[in-house]
Amino acid sequence: MTDATAEIGDTARAAPEDTLIGCPICDAVYRLSPETAAEATRCARCGYRLTLGRSTAITRVVAIAATNVALMMIVIFLPFLDLQAGTFESRASVLEVVVGFSSGIMVPLAFAVIAFILVLPILRFLFLIYALGPILAGAGNLPNAKGALRWAFKLKPWAMAEIFMIGVAVALIKLADLASVATGPAFWVFGLVVLLNAYQDSFMCRHTLWTALQDNKR
Amino acid sequence: MMTARGRGQVVCRSCGEVEPMGRARCPRCGEYLDSRDETSIEKVWAWLLVGLIAYIPANLYPMLLTTQVFRTEEQTIVGGVVELIHYGSYAVAGIVFFASVVIPVGKFIVIGYLAVLMSRPRHTSDPHRLLVLLEVVEFIGRWSMIDVFVVAILSALVQFDVLATINPGIAAVCFALSVIFTMLAAQSFDSRLIWDRMKDDTQGAPGHV
Ligand SMILES: [Zn+2]
Ligand SMILES: [Zn+2]
Repeated sequence: MTDATAEIGDTARAAPEDTLIGCPICDAVYRLSPETAAEATRCARCGYRLTLGRSTAITRVVAIAATNVALMMIVIFLPFLDLQAGTFESRASVLEVVVGFSSGIMVPLAFAVIAFILVLPILRFLFLIYALGPILAGAGNLPNAKGALRWAFKLKPWAMAEIFMIGVAVALIKLADLASVATGPAFWVFGLVVLLNAYQDSFMCRHTLWTALQDNKR
Repeated sequence: MMTARGRGQVVCRSCGEVEPMGRARCPRCGEYLDSRDETSIEKVWAWLLVGLIAYIPANLYPMLLTTQVFRTEEQTIVGGVVELIHYGSYAVAGIVFFASVVIPVGKFIVIGYLAVLMSRPRHTSDPHRLLVLLEVVEFIGRWSMIDVFVVAILSALVQFDVLATINPGIAAVCFALSVIFTMLAAQSFDSRLIWDRMKDDTQGAPGHV
């Protein structure tokens, strides 16, 4: 990790292939040589990670997004948890979490929960594939690829799959004396999605992804 | 330190592209360009206020309605924590208490503090400390949703007729809204103001090149 100290002011020897990069957090501007831009750099003023230095970012991001979309389809349709209390048995897929909520005033909340744990995570993965997939395939950018990548970044705080997993853990403990609970296959697949998602975040270098999208032929 | 504004430029908050001032949208990513969000602090206060208003009924009304053998028990957020302690699940009680009480209350205080500082013309605080506060609030704020998800899972699973049923209470809606509003409050905060409004900051002052 190098501090992006190559400030614009002190570089008299600015080369034409240098890139200007601005810090979205504190408004500092830097001139980075192609070599520096390929490394991990931090804003010298506020510490924001300007570049992550991931040369394989596009490949990894698209591969993980595609894997996660496939895994999420499994999550939706397979049982998530299996609950037994006396003669009663209840199996719930993630989608059925909605059913528990969906009466009266709880309907909007049901939609919100489904959006946070399923719709927004899946949408993010699809946006990433849509925007960056053509680059890997050697094709031109699809219409509104910019919008797709922009929204993939914007939706990040609203995709809450990992928070849901902690919620599941807490719910299991609360249920312990009421019923016996077994985890279904979807539970483990969802856990895998959460891990892959965290791994993908380490490759979401804004500079690399936006430069690649810009340089890709239309 | 050279700022984009000092150079008559704007940094795209979405992709980091540096563009001349006056351009409406970023040519690289399509984001709207804005050197500073002048109404940032007003938006922060507005979201924070509605978040606070939603947080009050979230604590007064029940999160969970548990019916066991014809008897319905109402459980508030704090009641749920007390129950977990009663079971001896101290670690989980700690997590829920932290996510549902400590984080929301801490968030109201921290965002309010930052907004008050930024409402003054100049502040003397260490900008790094303020940025860390803002980042912690943004990073941790979403984790408050844990309790809403717990309610969702419990009410989906526990539907055993007379034996036991669990249903969500009105507080679940209020609490979810409160978390969403305070997330929006933190996101509305323009972090560039922290450096603009620093006392003795000759470098970041507008027009200084
Ligand atoms: Zn910075
Ligand atoms: Zn941009």
